[in-house]
Amino acid sequence: MLCHTALNRAAAVARHWAAAGCPVVIHLDSRVPEAERAGLAAALADLSDVRFSRRVACEWGTFSLVEATILATTQILQEFPAVDRVYLTSGSCLPLRPIAELQAYLAAYPDTDFIESVTTADVGWTVGGLNKERFTLRFPFSWRRHRRLFDGYVVLQRRLGIQRRIPEGLVPHLGSQWWCLTRKTLEAILNHPERRRHDRYFRRVWIPDESYFQSLARKVGAKVESRSLTLSKFDFQGRPHVFYDDHLHLLRRTEAFVARKIWPEAKLLYDTYLDPTTASANRPEPSPGKIDRLFAKAVERRVKGRPGLYMQSRFPTRTRGGNRSAAPYGVFSGFADLFVDFHGWLAKATEARVHGHLFAPDRAHFAASEAIFKGGLSDSANLRDYNPRSFLTNLIWNSRGERQCFQFGPNDAQDIAQFLAGDPNANILIVSGAFSIPLWRSGRPFAEIRAEAARLQKVEAEFIALLQEPETKARVRVWNLADFVEDPVEPLRQIVDELNPRAEQRQEALPQMVDLSGFAQFIQNLRNQGMQPVLMGDFPTELDMAAINTALSRPREAR
Amino acid sequence: MGLISAYRLRLRRQRLLWRAFRRRRELSSVTNRMASWPAQPILLFSTLRNERIRLPYFLEYYRKLGIDHFVLVDNGSDDGSREYLAAEPDVSLWSTGASYKRSRFGMDWLMHLLRRHGREKWCLTVDVDEFLVFPFCETRPLRALTDWLDSSGTRTFSAMLLDMYPKGAMHEQPYREGQNPFEIAQYFDSGNYSIRRNPGLRNLWIQGGPRARLYFTEDPKEAPAMNKIPLVKWDPSYAYVSSTHMMLPRGLNLVYEEAGGEKPSGCLLHAKFLDTFAAKAEEELRRGQHYAESQEYRAYREGITRERDLWCNWSEKYINWRQLETLGLMSKGNWA
Repeated sequence: MLCHTALNRAAAVARHWAAAGCPVVIHLDSRVPEAERAGLAAALADLSDVRFSRRVACEWGTFSLVEATILATTQILQEFPAVDRVYLTSGSCLPLRPIAELQAYLAAYPDTDFIESVTTADVGWTVGGLNKERFTLRFPFSWRRHRRLFDGYVVLQRRLGIQRRIPEGLVPHLGSQWWCLTRKTLEAILNHPERRRHDRYFRRVWIPDESYFQSLARKVGAKVESRSLTLSKFDFQGRPHVFYDDHLHLLRRTEAFVARKIWPEAKLLYDTYLDPTTASANRPEPSPGKIDRLFAKAVERRVKGRPGLYMQSRFPTRTRGGNRSAAPYGVFSGFADLFVDFHGWLAKATEARVHGHLFAPDRAHFAASEAIFKGGLSDSANLRDYNPRSFLTNLIWNSRGERQCFQFGPNDAQDIAQFLAGDPNANILIVSGAFSIPLWRSGRPFAEIRAEAARLQKVEAEFIALLQEPETKARVRVWNLADFVEDPVEPLRQIVDELNPRAEQRQEALPQMVDLSGFAQFIQNLRNQGMQPVLMGDFPTELDMAAINTALSRPREAR
Repeated sequence: MGLISAYRLRLRRQRLLWRAFRRRRELSSVTNRMASWPAQPILLFSTLRNERIRLPYFLEYYRKLGIDHFVLVDNGSDDGSREYLAAEPDVSLWSTGASYKRSRFGMDWLMHLLRRHGREKWCLTVDVDEFLVFPFCETRPLRALTDWLDSSGTRTFSAMLLDMYPKGAMHEQPYREGQNPFEIAQYFDSGNYSIRRNPGLRNLWIQGGPRARLYFTEDPKEAPAMNKIPLVKWDPSYAYVSSTHMMLPRGLNLVYEEAGGEKPSGCLLHAKFLDTFAAKAEEELRRGQHYAESQEYRAYREGITRERDLWCNWSEKYINWRQLETLGLMSKGNWA
C-alpha cells in the first residue's frame, strides 16, 4: 500500500485488509513528517501482519514510485512466505466488496495476473500525448517543478531525432498502476537476471509506474488477464477522479473490488465499505462501465460544453466555424411585408415560435407582443442594443426545444448581422426589395418615401453582400421581389418542409399576398425620381393578383 | 502582452496593495479567535454595517456549507451587529468608523486582512446578503470543492451574482431574524445576462437580471456587474480590483473556458430584495457611500416608490443548484 496523505484513512483500510487475513506492507513517502509517520505506526501497532517498508521520496511521473513498489513487494514476499498474490493499492483506495469475495474470485483464476497491459500502439487512454515516446525519449527534468524544461527537452529531442534504444526482448506495454500479480510472476520480475538493466532503462522512462510491471509481466511470460481489479478513472488532464459520499449508489452498481480515489472525508463511503459486518455474497463480475458514463460526460462538459451557452465559465471566443447558438432558427426578411398575416401562417405551418422584428428600432417585438420573454428577456431596445449577441444567444438558449423564427429587415438594428452570417444555425430567407411595399402603401409624401427607400435599399444590399461572403456559415436563400411574386408557391412550400419536415403530409393553404396592383408604377416612379431600385428585380407591369392568390390557396396535392 | 502594459498592471496591483496596507490603521481588533483555527481553515471575509437581522442566518448558512472561521469588519454598526458578532465563537471581528467609500467600499480593509491572514488558504469574500451555491453543495462540503480545485491547480472559483426577489411588493413579506431569505425571495431571472470580455483584465463583464431589466433600460451600461470571483486560494500578492468582480494578476480572472468547454462555477444568491431593502436604500442614499454617487440606489428608490414588482411571468422559482446548472447559470465542469 503506497501512502502519502490522509493517513488515518490509510490506517483504517490497512486494518480492514489485515482483519481479512491479508498481510499488508505499507510504503510511506519519505517526505511525510515524522509526527505523522509515528501516528500511523501507533495506530497500526497492534497488528503484527501490517509492516512498513524502507521509505523513498515519491514524485509523480518518476521511477521513485516503482522503487517504492519494489521495496514493499520484495518485503512482503520475503516476510510472508504464504502470500501467493500481491495486490498493489494506495492509501486512497477503498475495497468495495468484502475481501473474502476478492479471495474467492482470485481462487477461481489460479495463476492469473490481473494487470492492465496494452501495447503502446493500441493504447487509447494516455492523456497528454506521450505514448510511445515515454519509452524512446529521456526525461531528466521534473514535470511538476520544471514544466518548461520538461516540455522543451521533449521538443528538442523530437527535433534532433534522438531516440533511446528499447532493451532487447522488451515490448513496451502500458496500463493502470494498480495490479494484482502472482508470487511467481513477481519473483520472476524481481529476480530476473537482467533486472539491473531493466531498472536502469526504466529510470529514464516517463511515468514508469504505468509501464514497468506492465511490460515485464509480458516478458516473463505471465498469464496476463489485461484488466485492473481497481476501479480508477482519469479526467482529461490525467488526474484521477475522486469519489464522494454521493457516489455510493454508483459505486455499488460497479461491483468493483477496489476503487480509487476516495476523498478522505467521504465518511459515508468509508463507514459503509469498511463495515466488518457486511456479508460476502456471490455477486456478479465487476462492470466498471457503469461509472464510465458519468465521467465521460464530465470530460465532455469540460472539453466541449453545451453548444450555444454563454455564461460565467463558458465563453467561447476561439471556436472556428462552430455553432454560435444553441439551436437552429429562422430569420425572415421581407415576407411579412408581402403576405397578409405571415406570422400567424408561419407559426401554424412550422409549429415554431414566430416573433416579429426582434431588432426593431422601438423595441424587440416578441411573439404575442409580450413585454418580457422567456428567461426574463426585456423588450427594451436599449438593453438589446447594448449587447445584441447576448440578446439573441439568450433567446435561443432560453427556448431550447422550440424552434424560433423572427423577422429581420433593413429598418432593424443591424449590429447583429455579422453574428447571423457566421452562425451555421441561422436559416436566413430573404425576399429582397420587399421593404418597399409598406413604403408604397404608407401614403407618405413621395419625396420622403424615395429617400427612405434609398436608405433601406442600401442597408439591405449590404446585408446581402455580407451573406454572400465566403466566410458565411448561415444557410441563406435570397429571392428578388419580382421572381418571388411570379412563383411564390414553391419557395413557401420549401420553407415549410425545411423548418418542419414532419408537416409534410398536411395540406395547408399558403398565406394570401397583399394586393400589388399598381406597385410596378411605384417602382417606375422611384426610377423617374432618379433612384435605381435594384433589389426588387424586374417587376412585371401586369400582375394577375387573383391568379396568384388562387394558386396560394390551392391545397397541396398529396405526394 | 506588451511589456509596458504588463508593467502598468503590476503598478496598479502594487498601488492597490499599498492602499490596503495604509488603511490597516483604520481597523481596530474587537475579537481575535484565530488561535482556534483548524489546520487548513476555509475562511470567510466580509464587511458589514447594520445587518443585525441578517446575521444569524448568514452565519448558520456558511457554517453548514463548511466555513471554519469568519473574518469580519464592522463599519460602525449601531444596531447591535457588533456585539452580536463579538460573542460568536468562530468570528474574528475588526471594527472601523472610517469611510466605506474611501476604503474602496470596504475592499481595502478586507484586502489587508486577506493579506495578513489568508495566505495559502481558501478565502471566500462575500457580502452579508450573498449566499454561495456550488455544484453538489447539498451533498459535499466546501472542502470537497477546495480540495478538488487544489488538485487541479486552480486558485480561483467564480460564482455569478444572482438577484433573488419575491413575488409582489417587498414590504408585504417582512423578513424575520433567522429565516432563510429565499423563502421570501424565491425568484430569479434565468436568461437575460449580457456578457462581454474585458480585454484589459481579461475578466468577463456580466450584467443583467431584474435590476437591469427594470431600473437600467435607459442606461444599460450602468447596470451593476454580476460577475464575481469570491473564492480564492489567497496569496499576498493578489488584489481585488473592483469589489470581488475582478483580480490582479489578471490570470486569476480566467475562470472561464474560451475554447468551448465549461469550467466549474457556482452562484451567489443575492438576498438584497427583501423588506429591509427600502430602509437600506434610504440610508445608503443619505450616506452617499456607494458606487457611482449612489446612482444605483437612486434608481432603486424610484422603482420602490412606484412599488414596482420585480417578478414577471418568466421569473424562475428557485429549487436547487441542479436547476441553476440546467439553466446554464453555473456548471459542474469536469467535477463529477
